[in-house]
Amino acid sequence: MQQLCERMTAQFDCDMVMHQKPDLSFLRVDKDKLESALVYLKTHEGFVHLSFVTVIDYIEDSFFRLNYMLHNYETAANLAVQVDIEREAASMHSIHHLWAQGWTYQRELKEMYGINFPGSPRVDEEFVLEGWDGPPPMLRDFDTVKFCEGRFTVREGRESQDVKQTMRDNIYPERGEA
Amino acid sequence: MFELHRIPEAELESGKYVKLWHGPQHPGITGNMSLELTLSGDDVVECKTHVGYLHRGFEKMMERRTFIQNFPIVCRIAVPEPTFNEYLYAAAVEELAGIEVPDRAQWLRCLNLEMMRLASFLMWLGGAAGSFGMSTVYQWTVTHRDYMLDLFEEMTGARIYHMYITPGGVRAPLPEGFTERTRSVMDGIEKLLYEIERVVLNNAVFKLRSQGLGFIDPSMIDDYGIVGPNARAAGLARDVRKDSPYLVYDQLDFETITGDKSDAYNRTVQRYQEMHQCISLIRQMLDQTPTSGSFHADLPNVLHWKIPAGQTYVKAECTRGEYGYFLVTDGSEYLRRVTIRGPSYTHAIAVMEKLVVGVNIADVAGLMVSLHTYPPEIER
Repeated sequence: MQQLCERMTAQFDCDMVMHQKPDLSFLRVDKDKLESALVYLKTHEGFVHLSFVTVIDYIEDSFFRLNYMLHNYETAANLAVQVDIEREAASMHSIHHLWAQGWTYQRELKEMYGINFPGSPRVDEEFVLEGWDGPPPMLRDFDTVKFCEGRFTVREGRESQDVKQTMRDNIYPERGEA
Repeated sequence: MFELHRIPEAELESGKYVKLWHGPQHPGITGNMSLELTLSGDDVVECKTHVGYLHRGFEKMMERRTFIQNFPIVCRIAVPEPTFNEYLYAAAVEELAGIEVPDRAQWLRCLNLEMMRLASFLMWLGGAAGSFGMSTVYQWTVTHRDYMLDLFEEMTGARIYHMYITPGGVRAPLPEGFTERTRSVMDGIEKLLYEIERVVLNNAVFKLRSQGLGFIDPSMIDDYGIVGPNARAAGLARDVRKDSPYLVYDQLDFETITGDKSDAYNRTVQRYQEMHQCISLIRQMLDQTPTSGSFHADLPNVLHWKIPAGQTYVKAECTRGEYGYFLVTDGSEYLRRVTIRGPSYTHAIAVMEKLVVGVNIADVAGLMVSLHTYPPEIER
């Protein structure tokens, strides 16, 4: 993995490489180099399996971090290729032509985070949510409490508890704040 | 590569085609999802998978709860096999927090996972037979699954959602007499499997309808991300337990089982063989699991856990293939992000939508069950 990451750094100017464990590494590439990096990894380095695509919302720094988790069956290595993109009007190149299930992940990310993937098949079709007209619900600033208060009614006589306080009082009273 | 089987709207309105919703209440649907089928006569010409009927926002919920509070949540992501979620979440938290799990707990976890695999396969096998009209077989397999649930109740205190595997180990050692009772249940299931071989695998009608149905060409495997028994039936020896051993799998005697053609019939044969393998693994673990020693690491007060900032991906071989948890932490007492990777994500959508084209409407349920999918792991 060390050598692979060195090759990737030399070829695609990866600005971050992290080895989490012997069979898992993370590396970061520029948005415009993602596609060529994935093609290279798939066709020359044996990373033929796309495990998943996901995103992390770094709202405090106004960017999304996309993660493309790849797997090499020959070496049993996992490699996460990460790309940072602007959070405002987020858009990313589609990879549906590289893996046949790639469009499904992109469709989900469009619905849940509002990230657009121009050219990705059925990217605007509803995926999990039906008739949703609010902001993408997986964003960090989506207010779940406000959403629930507006959508559902409170059942009479039902009491809400602070879970941590309840655990502290009822399960671990002897531990106090320690 | 990506292929669209789209019929132009103008043709859809020509009256040659019928739109039919298969699910979400259809008994041939695995879980709460539906297939929007376009039919020409009895044959499917187009399919769209619809999920979301069971969306509870697990990943979002987990970002807003402390690490320990997520435990009662993760097991609910896949009803027939919650244990894999428990194990993977625990393993990811342990890796990021640097928690060492005692050896005895590793064996107990592994035993719990293989028992779960067998119970899940039993339920699947009944569904597979039922979708081809042999609903009596379902009664047999669910009865034996219930015997497995009795064992889970003894082992963990719960039949379905066990919450047995927690960060640091497991909640309890094996109860007295558990080993003997488990052996007895294994003997019973082994006898059942020979009956299943006679009644299902050698059944002329089952063979006629399932052979060739939903054939997965080996060239599709990597493009579509097909994993688990669906890929192994096509001849690819890929199994996370062998390729990236975890828990105590490297101390157990087993080989990856493969077939030579992945169609609905051979996928049933594949899982049938893997059930025998499961029984063998459970027996090996009953012989080798340590009967003394710690089964849980000493941990700080769970109310004050703060996992250092980091990210990892852990995976295991569930009944349907690679199942994984991607965890990102930021040093606070909450998860920054969790992504749950289940095999159904591709099997029930991209793969299903491709394989079902050209299939007779009567065989859609059989094809779908043969892919062994769980919608909750898609919509998380």
